[in-house]
Amino acid sequence: MMHKEMIAMLLAGGQGSRLGVLTADVAKPAVAFGGKYRIIDFPLSNCINSGIDTVGVLTQYQPLALNQHIGIGIPWDLDRNDGGVSVLPPYEKSDNSEWYSGTANAIFQNLQYIDGYNPDYVLILSGDHIYKMDYEAMLDFHRQNQADVTLAVIPVPIEEAGRFGIVIADENRRITEFEEKPEHPRSNLASMGIYIFSWPQLREALVALKDQSNCDFGKHIIPYCHKKGERIFAFEFNGYWKDVGTLGSYWQANMELIDLIPEFNLYEEFWKIYTKQFLIEPSFLGTEAKVSKSIIGAGTRICGEVTNSVVSAGVVIEEGAVVRDSIIMKDTIIKKGCYIEKSIIAQDCEVGENTKIGVGEEAESKLNASIYCFGLATIGNKSIIPANVTIGKNTAIRGVTDESDYPDGALESGGYIIKAGDVA
Amino acid sequence: MKALGIILAGGNSQRMRNLSEKRAISAMPIACSYRSIDFSLSNMTNSGIQTVAVLSQYNARSLNEHLNSAKWWNFGRKQGGLFLFTPTVTADNSWWYRGTADAMWQNIDFLKRRHEPYVVISSGDCVYKMDFAPVLEYHVQKQADITIVCARVPEDEDISRFGTVKIDGDGLVTDFEEKPMMAHSNIVSTGTYIIRRRKLIELLEQCNREGRYNFVTDILVRYKGMKKIYGWMLVDYWSNISTVESYYKTNMDFLKPEVQDFFFREQPTIYSKAADLPPAKFNVGSNVKNSLIGSGCIINSNVEGSVIFKRVFIGNNSTVKNSIILNGAYVGDNVHVENCIVESNETLLSDQNYIGENEIKVVFERQNRYGV
Repeated sequence: MMHKEMIAMLLAGGQGSRLGVLTADVAKPAVAFGGKYRIIDFPLSNCINSGIDTVGVLTQYQPLALNQHIGIGIPWDLDRNDGGVSVLPPYEKSDNSEWYSGTANAIFQNLQYIDGYNPDYVLILSGDHIYKMDYEAMLDFHRQNQADVTLAVIPVPIEEAGRFGIVIADENRRITEFEEKPEHPRSNLASMGIYIFSWPQLREALVALKDQSNCDFGKHIIPYCHKKGERIFAFEFNGYWKDVGTLGSYWQANMELIDLIPEFNLYEEFWKIYTKQFLIEPSFLGTEAKVSKSIIGAGTRICGEVTNSVVSAGVVIEEGAVVRDSIIMKDTIIKKGCYIEKSIIAQDCEVGENTKIGVGEEAESKLNASIYCFGLATIGNKSIIPANVTIGKNTAIRGVTDESDYPDGALESGGYIIKAGDVA
Repeated sequence: MKALGIILAGGNSQRMRNLSEKRAISAMPIACSYRSIDFSLSNMTNSGIQTVAVLSQYNARSLNEHLNSAKWWNFGRKQGGLFLFTPTVTADNSWWYRGTADAMWQNIDFLKRRHEPYVVISSGDCVYKMDFAPVLEYHVQKQADITIVCARVPEDEDISRFGTVKIDGDGLVTDFEEKPMMAHSNIVSTGTYIIRRRKLIELLEQCNREGRYNFVTDILVRYKGMKKIYGWMLVDYWSNISTVESYYKTNMDFLKPEVQDFFFREQPTIYSKAADLPPAKFNVGSNVKNSLIGSGCIINSNVEGSVIFKRVFIGNNSTVKNSIILNGAYVGDNVHVENCIVESNETLLSDQNYIGENEIKVVFERQNRYGV
């Protein structure tokens, strides 16, 4: 019988609704990052770099981009005879058929997949963080402590601890208490949503809680294990770890890559991050190009001015266009004379000549003030913006727009245009 | 496609000067992202060829590393695939490849065991993009013995390093001269041929019996009147890189929008081994004009009219002009580089000038990056 020491289950089914129009048609793990990567590349690369060669990727929301990205796992060397990467969507069953209703429920529905590898340990990961981490070190820690469950935790400033799930551990790192978003935190160790379970214990918990609605690791499985008195330990991680769950933190994390010596350094030979590279050509900078403090992806053609920005592969920035403090994703075209500031423009977009994006005074978003609240103009995949219009801050645009969508040639700050439905 | 591919990638050339000290010409980096052999390999895979043999003997380490996996060119298959044949000692043969025909003859078992009726022979030192399928169709329709893919070279090109061809109105090759002192035609052989597999086996065996080893002089030139040899004109971009000057010029051609469009944007794609490098980074002080920049570069100062390959670092207040900087080179602070080809992984220490005066200077100094 097949036996693997540890396999990973990567939860990649979530929408990430706080990324607004960026995740309108892709799951959050498939959102572009850093001029070349997608968010899921970080946990996938961590897996192969940690020696894990069997990864189940649980998909549900808008899986097409993820499926195409992962394929058979060649970019991560996860194309294996035994194991490798498997994409696991919800499926029809003879008695009942259901969607994945929670993180633990998704794992429960794939018991057979895990059983097939007969693992000693199962690593639970989520596809929404930017970090480099050695899961093997965490496994060593798990074994040394003869733990049933190990949570990866990261120290956060105590004043911010109220935003996280906080764990309280004794001097041996054994967790004694959990607090979810506490008002008065008694510890600064935040759970990173990364768990190693000894498989028999996890299996038992999943089966015991199979009728729990929306069964979730943080809300149900961990408390269940805790109540049973299982040995739960906290593995402290001290590297760079960034949640990119909001437009603000997503933008910030991209901008941090531009620093002279970035805290999260992609240029080190050690612990490489792998991705499916759809373009390998060099970038061309024209005679009028002015590029500084920026990251520019492969196959781009830059003839304008780019400052303090992250530009993905295949992007074209024409003569006289100015891009500042922005993220431009792959294959987007910025035409002549555009002015773009503090914007996130997703892939396959086209911005017409002399259009200005991200200008004017800030105003509260009329679409969703809790999502579009960072002063950014956000434009979804495959959007078309006509020439000579002005678009303000905290705006959202998705779909093919033309002049008639912009009264007086402008979309005021806080405004939005959502044109595309689910079917193009 | 009903053909297998052979890529002749063995060569060295004095005219590459010390650029060929590190690698075979077929493994020369081209246009930041590629190696020379990627063009022939991609053309073959894009033409539907499923089986390719690469014949190599000169300094094949770099080429071997590049070809360590066949999957980047879609040759990772059960049917066919990619084979790298370097000379081996066998029970009755311990020769190096004594010429291109001998290289194929020494691997004649491979040719005999395949089932494809035709063979496309190409070379690893040419930059071009073409579909071999229409050439094969032409070859069959003309009932040719051998079809040579030909190209017209510009007036200023040194024609004496090519085989020149004269073609009549029907496409029949009426004359073939190898590296003539006085050329009578500006049409040259591109080193790509189509021939029936059985015919190739027969010619190679005949050649070997006579102690002849060179495909061009001992087969094409020798049989030019006897066999039906046809020419197919390639009108798109084609360049042979096997001199320092043409290597420099070919890379600089990629600064032209039409050449970029042809190779970078138009289908089909030229493939290469994935490098897993981060995007290029431009820090404060970078000022890059009319240049190609490869992945993983970090640029801190001035670059103009240059081709900067992968993983190159350019320090503060330096200038790189009309130059080619190969993979992994390090250019320190206050360095001036002009009309140069800087070898891969070279270190140019701070406060130095490297200028090619009358010809392109190849910078190959092996300085210690971390000393001083």
